[in-house]
Amino acid sequence: MITTSRRLHRLEGAALRGVMVREIVNFSSFWRSSTFSSTVDPTIYLLAFGFGFGALVSRVAGYRYIDFVGTGVVATTVLFSGAFPAMYGTFVKYTFQHTYDAILAAPVDTEELVTGEALWVGARTGVYGCVPMLVAMVFGLSPSWGMLLVPGIAALAGFGWACFGILIAAKANKIESFSYWQSGLLTPMFLVAGTFFPLTKLPNWAQVLGNVNPLFHCVQLVRHVVFGTESVADLGHLAFLLIFAFISWRLAIRFMERKLIL
Amino acid sequence: MQSAQLTEEQNAILRSRPTVEDRNVSDHAYTPAENVMSIAESAEAQPAIRLRGLVKRFGSLTAVDGLDLEVPYGTCVGLLGPNGAGKSTTMKALTAQVIPDEGELEVLGYQLPEDSKQARAAMGVVPQLDNLDVALTVEQNLLVFAHLYRVPAGERKAAIERALQIANLLDRRTSKVDQLSGGMRRRLLIARALLHQPRLLLLDEPTVGLDPQVRQELWALIDLLRSQGVSILMSTHYIEEAERLCDTVTIMSHGKAVAVGPPQSLIREHAGPDALEVYGPPLRLRELEELARQRGWRTRRTGTSIAILQSNGDTADLDGERRVTNLEDVFVLLTGEEIE
Repeated sequence: MITTSRRLHRLEGAALRGVMVREIVNFSSFWRSSTFSSTVDPTIYLLAFGFGFGALVSRVAGYRYIDFVGTGVVATTVLFSGAFPAMYGTFVKYTFQHTYDAILAAPVDTEELVTGEALWVGARTGVYGCVPMLVAMVFGLSPSWGMLLVPGIAALAGFGWACFGILIAAKANKIESFSYWQSGLLTPMFLVAGTFFPLTKLPNWAQVLGNVNPLFHCVQLVRHVVFGTESVADLGHLAFLLIFAFISWRLAIRFMERKLIL
Repeated sequence: MQSAQLTEEQNAILRSRPTVEDRNVSDHAYTPAENVMSIAESAEAQPAIRLRGLVKRFGSLTAVDGLDLEVPYGTCVGLLGPNGAGKSTTMKALTAQVIPDEGELEVLGYQLPEDSKQARAAMGVVPQLDNLDVALTVEQNLLVFAHLYRVPAGERKAAIERALQIANLLDRRTSKVDQLSGGMRRRLLIARALLHQPRLLLLDEPTVGLDPQVRQELWALIDLLRSQGVSILMSTHYIEEAERLCDTVTIMSHGKAVAVGPPQSLIREHAGPDALEVYGPPLRLRELEELARQRGWRTRRTGTSIAILQSNGDTADLDGERRVTNLEDVFVLLTGEEIE
């Protein structure tokens, strides 16, 4: 009988803010551990590979090896700070804390819930993504204006990986099934992304796989902006990241709706 | 008597709550659809909740099977039934977390599931499963939900204070949730649902798993909210809870409503004025059941005794304890099941 009511729109700012405030307030209770792992992990990779391999190979693909790795490790951070917290966070909130019951009883829809959470993880990843670069600067990476674009690239990739993590969690009925995704997909992706060695020396099939790996495109973009060697090809890398983020985002929403709305 | 269990502060804050009549649109400027209140008030004759022929199936299981339900404004309605009767599924349908296969749902004048977001903006939900953020303090939990319920920035602080007072948690505001007792956590869940001063409150098994004393304290709080004009739908499997708090009760069994009405008239109608509770060894109880059957009485086995119902006082020849009938008798008579 009521037809005059204004329908609330999709993806409302107020709902997204509400979801993000919840994440931010919660983050205030665990930011130390989260920042610790997001900072120390890539730093260790950087130091281990930078000095370990750096002693054997001084230059790779035209870069000093420490510079090559320093920019490449941004991708590791994006994976560690984007996909993993989203995967585990979503699973824990759904299974153990029943958080989504509470949020969906408020004027928030699944689409806003997923988007708000992924935006927050993306923003966080934008910040953490700069850490390996800053560490590399301590070891001689020269500052450049292009570095200012790195947080944006890391945030975009972080958003895409957060959505990917959410969709994995939406598909998982038990936390053990994360192992398949981790060992079967995420770890290989993280190694074949041009982070520690260039893809160009790999067999053909691995190069093809590398080219459909969003992490590879993230690494390429970061390296090119940092060293000021951008080209038209980088628009392709950017487009790939955008498409990856968009598809993961829509799939994450669809799978979460299936899980949350019965 | 019940309100004596609330603190002075709780009473004061609840008394100061605007009544249905003197609220207006500006009081509720922060309800996202600004016309929520005016719609709801113009539709005062409409119930706060109206379900027609609700059906929800999960695979081969029909959880809700053609349920009709009405919650008139300002009343407290109880959904009473054993576990698995379809109460929680019904509650979830009201927040569009369950999408029914058939039937019509209208909440505060909004059609569900299409307009459920507006409906959710104007109602509060207390879940059966505790879903507080345990790593956060009491106050932080309320702050987060003040945002989620879109309380405007200028009113957030006052809304949180009010909620803390209602829940009697003023001195625990900086405590982490995992340091609170079960009763406190439940009070915080209720406070969280009241931050935006909703006109409708859904309570899903509000006192399940709590001590009797804590339960009574919550009853007093719920009773007072109802007296302030909040419409309440409560699911419960505690008979006493439904009897004390609800204006009307819908008894559910296997997804259907088997009886609807005020608790006292349901009791009069189905169970008669009193019951005779006869204790004895199993053999004696079996004899009595047979006798009751011959005389056309209904009986109910309760462990070590049987209750003879609808005897119209013809039981003078039998030795037993006469007691008043209750909703539980009604429930067992109507469904043939014990409730707990």
